[in-house]
Order: sequence, then C-alpha cells, then structure tokens
Amino acid sequence: MAGYFTNILGGAKSLVVGLSITQRQFFKKPITLQYPWESLEMTPRYRGHIQLIKNAESGTHQCISCGMCEKSCPSDCITIKGEKQEGVKGKVLVKYELDFTKCSLCGQCIANCKPGAIEFSREYNLASTRKEDFHYDLLKRLKEQK
Amino acid sequence: MDLGINVFEVFIYLVGFIAFAAANAAYLVWVERKGAAHIQRRTGPKEVGPYGLLQPLADGAKLMSKQFIIPEGVDRPLFLLAPIMTMVPAIMIFVTIPFSETILARDFNIGLLMILAFASVNVLALLMGGWASRNKYAVISAARVVSQNIAYEIPMLIIAITIVLITGSMNLTEIVAGQAGGILHWNLLPTNGNFLGPITFIIFFICSMAETNRAPFDLGEAESELIAGFHTEYSSMGFGLFFMGEYANIVIAAALTTILFLGGWYSPLPETIPYAGASSVAWFLVKMYLLIWMVVLIRWTYPRVTLWSLLNLSWKILIPFSLFNLLASAGLVKFLG
Amino acid sequence: MSSQPLSQNQEYFELNLGPQHPATHGVLRVKLLMDGEYIVDAEPVLGYIHRMHELMGENRSWAQYLPNMGRLDYLSALSYNLGYVELVEKMAGIEVPERAEYIRVITTEMNRISSHLLWFGAFVLDLGGFTPLLYAFDDREQILDLLESVTGSRLTYCYYLFGGCYNDVEDDFLSGCLAFIKRMRTRLPMYHNLVTKNVILRQRLEGVGPVSAEMCRKYGATGPVLRGSGIHYDLRKNEPYSIYPELDFDVPVYPEGDSMARFMVRMDEMEQSMRIIEQAIAKIPEGPVMAEKVPKMIKPAAGDYYHAVEAARGTFAIRAVSDGKNQAYRMKLRSPTFSNLSLFQEASRGMLLADGLAFMGSLDLVIPEIDR
Repeated sequence: MAGYFTNILGGAKSLVVGLSITQRQFFKKPITLQYPWESLEMTPRYRGHIQLIKNAESGTHQCISCGMCEKSCPSDCITIKGEKQEGVKGKVLVKYELDFTKCSLCGQCIANCKPGAIEFSREYNLASTRKEDFHYDLLKRLKEQK
Repeated sequence: MDLGINVFEVFIYLVGFIAFAAANAAYLVWVERKGAAHIQRRTGPKEVGPYGLLQPLADGAKLMSKQFIIPEGVDRPLFLLAPIMTMVPAIMIFVTIPFSETILARDFNIGLLMILAFASVNVLALLMGGWASRNKYAVISAARVVSQNIAYEIPMLIIAITIVLITGSMNLTEIVAGQAGGILHWNLLPTNGNFLGPITFIIFFICSMAETNRAPFDLGEAESELIAGFHTEYSSMGFGLFFMGEYANIVIAAALTTILFLGGWYSPLPETIPYAGASSVAWFLVKMYLLIWMVVLIRWTYPRVTLWSLLNLSWKILIPFSLFNLLASAGLVKFLG
Repeated sequence: MSSQPLSQNQEYFELNLGPQHPATHGVLRVKLLMDGEYIVDAEPVLGYIHRMHELMGENRSWAQYLPNMGRLDYLSALSYNLGYVELVEKMAGIEVPERAEYIRVITTEMNRISSHLLWFGAFVLDLGGFTPLLYAFDDREQILDLLESVTGSRLTYCYYLFGGCYNDVEDDFLSGCLAFIKRMRTRLPMYHNLVTKNVILRQRLEGVGPVSAEMCRKYGATGPVLRGSGIHYDLRKNEPYSIYPELDFDVPVYPEGDSMARFMVRMDEMEQSMRIIEQAIAKIPEGPVMAEKVPKMIKPAAGDYYHAVEAARGTFAIRAVSDGKNQAYRMKLRSPTFSNLSLFQEASRGMLLADGLAFMGSLDLVIPEIDR
C-alpha cells in the first residue's frame, strides 16, 4: 500500500523535472547554423578532393610522374601520363585526371607521394547534375589557381 | 422580425466558430512547430512570411493540391466518412462553449453533457478510419485507440460529475459563475468543495490529453512503430481533416478545463483591481492558451507509454482517485452547506 | 527455423517490419507472426545492403583495404580502423611509436562517445521522445568538429596507417577534448534527469526483453548486450591491446539483463570513456607519430592471423588468411551486431510489438555492419 503512493509521487516528480528541463531549454538560443545564409569555414585538414600543390618558388607543381598515387588508389580514380621531354631530367607530367565519383578520401595517394606534390583541397559544397563535372583535370585546375 | 435577427446571429456564430476552429487548427500547428523547434534549440519555420507565420497557409495549400487517393479494396463509405466524423463534432461542440458572459452561441442547460457526448464520437471516427483502410498497421492502431479512449473517458466523466455536484447544474455559464471572485474561488482549490483540488485538475488534464490522442498517449499514431497508425492510408484533405480535428479537439479540451477548473473568464485577481481584475474573454483565452502550451511542452518532453502502463494508469490510479474525490467532495459540499 | 506449423494457424497474421521502417536503423526486414499485438515469431531477413566487403579484401592490397574499414560500421569507424591496423602490424611486425598509440586511443574513445550519443538519441526517438535526439546531436556535433580538425572526415574515418597515424595532433585538439569532457559532464546529469529517471521510460524498458547470461553465451552476443546480462567481459580488460593496460577505468556491468540494464551500461560507458581520454591526454608523450621503417608492400608470412578489438557495439574481430602475397587470401570480418541480432528471434516470443521495438533499439543495431 505504501509502495503505491511512493510510486505515484516518485513518478510525478520525475515528470516535473523533465518538464522543467525542456522549458529551460526553450528560452536558450538556437544552436543551428542558417545555411546557406551563414556557412562555416572548413578546418585546414578537411578532406576535399585532391589537388596539386603550387610550389611558391618554381610556380608549378612538384609531381615527378612516378605513378605511385595511381597504383595505390583502391578505387582506380587517378590517371596519370608522364612523358620524357628533351632537356628535362625525368618525366614531365602531361595529364593528371581524378575521377572524384569513385574516390573514398582515404589518403593513400597523398601518403605514398614521395615529393609531396598533392594535398587535400577544402571544397565541400559541390553539387551538379552531371557526372562529368566531377572528373577533374588537376593540371588545368593548377593553372587556373592563383 | 424576431426570426430575422436570430438567423443573422446564427449565421455569425456559425461562420465565427468555423473560422475560429480552422484558424486555431492552422496556427496551433505553427505554435507547435516553433515551440518544438526552440525546445530542441533550433529555429523552426522562418522562411515563409516573417517568423514563418504564413507556413500553415503554405501547408494547407500543399495538402489541398495533393490527390486524394482511395486505395483499392477499402470500405468506401466508412473510409470517406471517418475524417468528416472527426471534424464535424469538434466544430459542433463550439456551440455550447461560453467564451465570456456575452459570447455564447446557445445557453444549454445540459451543456456539459453535450460536450462529453460529442467528444465520444471521435473514438468511433478513428475506429472507422483504421478499420476501413485495408492495412494491418491501421487496424492495430485502431484497436489500441479504442481501448485507450474507453479507459480514459471514465475518470473524465467522474470528475465532470464531481464538478456538477459542486455547482449543482450542468449549465456551463453557471459553472463559471460559481467561480467568481478571484483565484481562491476557483474549482482548482478545495474551497468550493472539490476535495482533492489540484489533483483532480491534473487528472482531468491527463484524461483530456489521452482522449485527443496526444503524446505521450499517442499510441494510435505512433510514428516510429506503426508509420502513421489509423491515418496511414489517408492523403490530402483526408489527412488534413484528421489533423485539424485533432487540434480542434485540443482547443475544446483546453476550453473545457478552463471552464471547469480555472474560472472561465474571471480574472485571478479580485474584482476591485481596475483592468486586471475585470473579467473578460481575454482572460479565458489566456488560460486556454497556457493550457495548450502545456500540452505542446508535454508532447516534446516525454516518450510514449506502453499499452499496459496506459491502461494501468487509468484503471489503477486515475479511477480510484477520482471515485474517492467524488465521495469526499460530496461530503465536503454537505459540510460547507 | 521454419514457422510452417505456426503460420497455418488462422489466428495469427503476418506483419512485415519492412526494409523501409522508421525504427529499424538501416534496411532490416523482420517477418513477424503476430497474434493481435503479441509477437509469436520473428525472423530477421538480412542482405539488403550486402556490399561484399569480405570479397573486396581479397582483391585489394593490405593498404588499399583501409577505407573499407570505415564503411563497415560508420558510427564507430575508428575502432574498426584500429582493429585492422593492429592486425596488419601484428602480421608484419611493425612497431608503433607511443605518441601514435595514445592518439589512437584518444580518437577511438571520442568516437565511442559519439556512437553512444547517437544510439541514445535514436533509441529514445524510437520510444517516442523526440527531443533528447537533438540534445545528443548537439554534443555529438562538437565531437565531430574536433575529430574533423584532426582527421579531416566527420563520419567514415580513414585516419590510421600501418605504423602510426596519418598526421599529428595539435594542442588545440587536446584542449578541445578536455573542454568537451568538462561540458559533457554537465550534460550527462541532464540526460539522466530527462530520460533515465523518467517514469514513462522506466516502465517502457524495465523487464523488457530479459536476456539471460546463458542465452548470450549461446548466441555469442558481446559488448553492452553481454555486460547488461551480468557477464564481466570487455576486450579492453580481458585481452588488452594498445595502451589500455596502462589506463585506469571501470567496466560497467548490470546483472538484470533487461533493456534498462543495456541502456545503463552504455550511459556509464560514456563516462568511463571520458575518464580514459583524460588520462591519455595527461600522459601523452612527445615524439613521432609514424614508425620509421614501414615496408611499402606488406608481404606477411603465410598463415592465419586474428585480432579482436572492443568496438562500440561489441567484439569486432578480423581473421586474415595470408598466402605471402600483398593481398589477403581470405578476410573474415566478425560483426558484433550480427550475433546481437540473433538474440531477437528467441527473445521476442510473446512480446508486444512496442516492446519488440524497444528491445531492438537496446541492442544498438547498425544494419550495414551486419550485412557487410
């Protein structure tokens, strides 16, 4: 008999405590971000698709066309072509294509790149209606970059 | 001449009630969405109109523009009748509710009985809606709704009888008149003869939430278990009518609670204080909307009860308390003379 | 297990808790045989999201298989990364520097907290309480921001490499973790007040789906399901790996075996994870985060290798059979949720439908992990 009343009182008290918590939260400011009117800055390590790094001194990339990124990619996203040109030691990069629709952002390409020629970009709001828009030509992108 | 004025008055009240019910149903959705959003630390509707105030109109337009799909094999008469039977009694009840001394469609001597009678038709409508849709989820939910509503009508009726006992009449205007004179005379407190005072108010409030199938008692439309319960198969205005009927029922339940316990249109302060002490429809609406805000807050705070807890709560806790209250109040009324 | 004789009974009807349902987290189909509101028989049907991860293990080199680990159980992806990376380091004999081990443990435990927070929100959402989900997501968002500043991803992490971590962490991250822990310690009491002590939730969970220790052993259930039935078994204590032996933490065990016990185990695990992170941050040494000599092609000796870790949902184990090449010959992944879900058929007999869903929620299912 005594348990009957203590159960009711205990239950009622827990309900009132719950109500007070939500009522208090009602008066606090919202924590959401009103995208797209406001947007966030991505952190420096954010993993967007890869891009060639522009070396400040030479003004161009440092890729030596070894093809390690192409070999180590699990999803076969990267296609590289390097040519032997006269007067230049080693191969010269002619084509660097990334198929971003298959990329899983694992970072194996960057981890295996000896000269450190590629890095993650910070692009995140990519949207398109065609698959071709995500086949990036990284050499062209490097030339257009400042 | 007499007939002409009466017809005009009837017409005004008719249009007024339908407009009031529709506006409430629409804008209570806005209140609920904004309230839920701020409880959850987000913003809620804000694009359509300032602060999202035109959102219900956009929703209404969207609902009306959808196709009303009648699945094959449903019981057509019942399927089409169910949403209508939810909405029509809800609007009919407004005839009996007094919003102030003068704003009153008809002064019935059995006003309280009429409200409770019309409110029970809702159960039948939900059962029809669930049964007629040829859908296992809908049938399960309809069965749950019937047992829930039957169980929670009983304490509600017992408490209503207690109030009638205290006041001596079923006339809603007289029930409110018995609570004149400030907060100490309300039926909320034992001064009038209501023995368990605030506890009966809480019991009545819980029962009215259960009667309108409102969370945490929303087993009928448990969204995460049964998709949408008894209105799974309804689209467009069929769903719209169920939706509006639910909000109209909430308004009626809040209005009834205000009349029975919170002194209707009388102010809580004594009448001698100017402005704030005067009784008016504004006080009625303030109390009604405060109760509605409590309903919204409760929905977004608690999880759903199980079927057994629901029935246990009613049969083992609410009914004994309300029966005890009935007997004790009878004694108290006798004692108070 | 054929339900032929049962389904012939005219009293029962078949209800499909279909692949599309708000309460089965992922594409899980459960064929329920119902008697009114009671479940007579339940048969989970799997395979709707089978993505052939084990076959991919046979066609990718050891290093190329890393991103797959994040996609198995995307909610606690770092534990899976950890299990695989430690397996390969065991196979190839690679030594990991201490700073890398500490970073791994800190990030794994942060991931465990975020996985438990999502479980908490989604579970209470299934039961009908819509608000704790958003409060839990508020906290989870902070963890995701912290981990993004270090690993670059928010959900499917691919942060560990053979021999260490992808990159070093800054002091910002460590102080951010400590600030998060401080805030979380004020939020957990709020969750307990709002949800755990709530009489409606307690009635919903207490006594629902009692699972005895014997049944857990029979079906191989691990993780919080096992610890909610009274068996004290946590791989971090029983078969320790990484630097867990040096850290001091408790393993919450509740003996009742019902859904409430499993709920409380996970809530307490969040607190213990916070203790682990604090100790690890206090003890983390300076140093490199990658081992010096990591072979480019990993060609382990032929044989059977096995490693198990404690993921957020239970014991995650990998058995790799190698034949000396740069690829696995066979990669077998042991998913904890698969064994946990197998309890459902026996435990759900005679339950109400609503209780059945509460039971499934307390098992913490992630279907892509079951189907791999």
